[in-house]
Amino acid sequence: MTTAVAPRPAVSYLKYAKDGAPYLAGSQCGKCGETFVGDREVCAKCGTRNKMEPKRLSDTGKLYNFTIVHRNFPGVPVPFVSAIVDLDGGGTVKGNLIEIEPDPKKIAFDMPVKVVYRDAGRKDKEGNSYLAYFFVPAK
Amino acid sequence: MTDVYVVGTDMIKFGRFPDRGVADLGAEAALMALDDCGLSINDMQALYCGNLGEAGAMVGQRVLRQIGQTGIPVVNTANACATGATAFREGWMAIKAGIYDVVLCVGVEQMGRGLLGGGGGAAGIPTEGLLGSGTMPSVFAQVGLEHTRKFGTTFEQFAKVSVKNHHHSTLNAKAMYQKETPLDEVMNAEMISYPNTKLMCSVNVDGSAAAVLCSEKKAKELGLMKRAVKVRASALTSDPYSSRNLAMPDFNAVTRLAAKNAYDMAGLGPDDVDLIELHDCFATAEIVHYENLGLCKDGEAGKLIDSGDTALGGRIPVNVSGGLLSKGHPLGATGIANIYEVTTHLRGEAGGRQVEGARIGLTHVVGMGSACAVHILEKV
Repeated sequence: MTTAVAPRPAVSYLKYAKDGAPYLAGSQCGKCGETFVGDREVCAKCGTRNKMEPKRLSDTGKLYNFTIVHRNFPGVPVPFVSAIVDLDGGGTVKGNLIEIEPDPKKIAFDMPVKVVYRDAGRKDKEGNSYLAYFFVPAK
Repeated sequence: MTDVYVVGTDMIKFGRFPDRGVADLGAEAALMALDDCGLSINDMQALYCGNLGEAGAMVGQRVLRQIGQTGIPVVNTANACATGATAFREGWMAIKAGIYDVVLCVGVEQMGRGLLGGGGGAAGIPTEGLLGSGTMPSVFAQVGLEHTRKFGTTFEQFAKVSVKNHHHSTLNAKAMYQKETPLDEVMNAEMISYPNTKLMCSVNVDGSAAAVLCSEKKAKELGLMKRAVKVRASALTSDPYSSRNLAMPDFNAVTRLAAKNAYDMAGLGPDDVDLIELHDCFATAEIVHYENLGLCKDGEAGKLIDSGDTALGGRIPVNVSGGLLSKGHPLGATGIANIYEVTTHLRGEAGGRQVEGARIGLTHVVGMGSACAVHILEKV
């Protein structure tokens, strides 16, 4: 019997917690309080060094902006919704908004969304699987 | 410090020249700009050359191999869509600083067709289309929809930008396309990234443009003041921090800062400007830059395009060249091509698209990453 290997995170700011649950990783400046997506050493807002603390970003947020992509590179399924989400508690992340009709009339600014973690559906050259994050409308 | 003047400038007709090279295209515009003021490469004290696609390949030196290897210093610049304007500004700074009296600035680009941008792929798997989209049409679609979010700007209002600029292009023989596109044709064209249809995206083309810059003393000595245009301001900015910038590039803050710096340097305001060539890489972008450049109050850009005030003959004509939407957008050439356009109007030589009585003109480019350049030019 083989042990299942957890898929690799598709981006550096997607991490696994000790209990194996995936989450979006951020950092927060101890001086000005700004929250960033991913790790960093220096605050891009105030320039302070050595004050950045790791922060687990929220799995809920609001849709700030979007576009419906109808033309993309060969092999990328279209249409899809490219969304900008303000996570509750800080951090703005871009990702695909799924489980919604790609129709501007069906998509509302500020609609609540949830972050879900699923297989990326793409493998690298060595055949490794990857974990990605997506947004879905919050019920 | 001396005032700096554009004494010669020209651009080639933008198009697709797969059989020619970047150096060849750059050389053509350089010679045209030299001919425009009757000077030779032997008169030039430095060359500032903007090109993005071959930024590591000494494009300026290769231009000189075609038009004269005089041994002058060459500075090659790359700054996304602000590449050409950055080369122009470097030349301006050198003359301002008193280092040189007369320099040549060239912008040139040879481009493939198709989508630009897209995210990821260096290691692991490509993230384009998986974690949202980073293509230029998608990024600038969101620039527009952010305006919709704040102010209710409509798809139709964005589309009107293309109707206007494509109409302007019919008066410009150097534009890649010179074709009227009625509103329904623009709105019903293939949707690329909502709300930008294919006719609301700029065209990837090959092109080049050049300008000869001169100090006041030298321009007088050479008898070139008659058609000279004064550079009243040159501003270049990088993107100041804003909270969503890393997920959604903020082209507004970087433009507002450049506009403010340029207006301050010139001692002028938006009401003093007679024509503008701004960065309409997508129709949505023109709308937000109306406000970023101060042509109207925040929230009124939709009304401004509706009013017709930014069309030729209106209160403040914008992109009478046809803009990037129809003239084409050869990245490294664009920033100098819009200097050429404004200079041509200030000289009163723009023919059928002449903005009557133009005395002050403004050029704007913004490159993703980000870099924004604003220049203000004045009729002498």
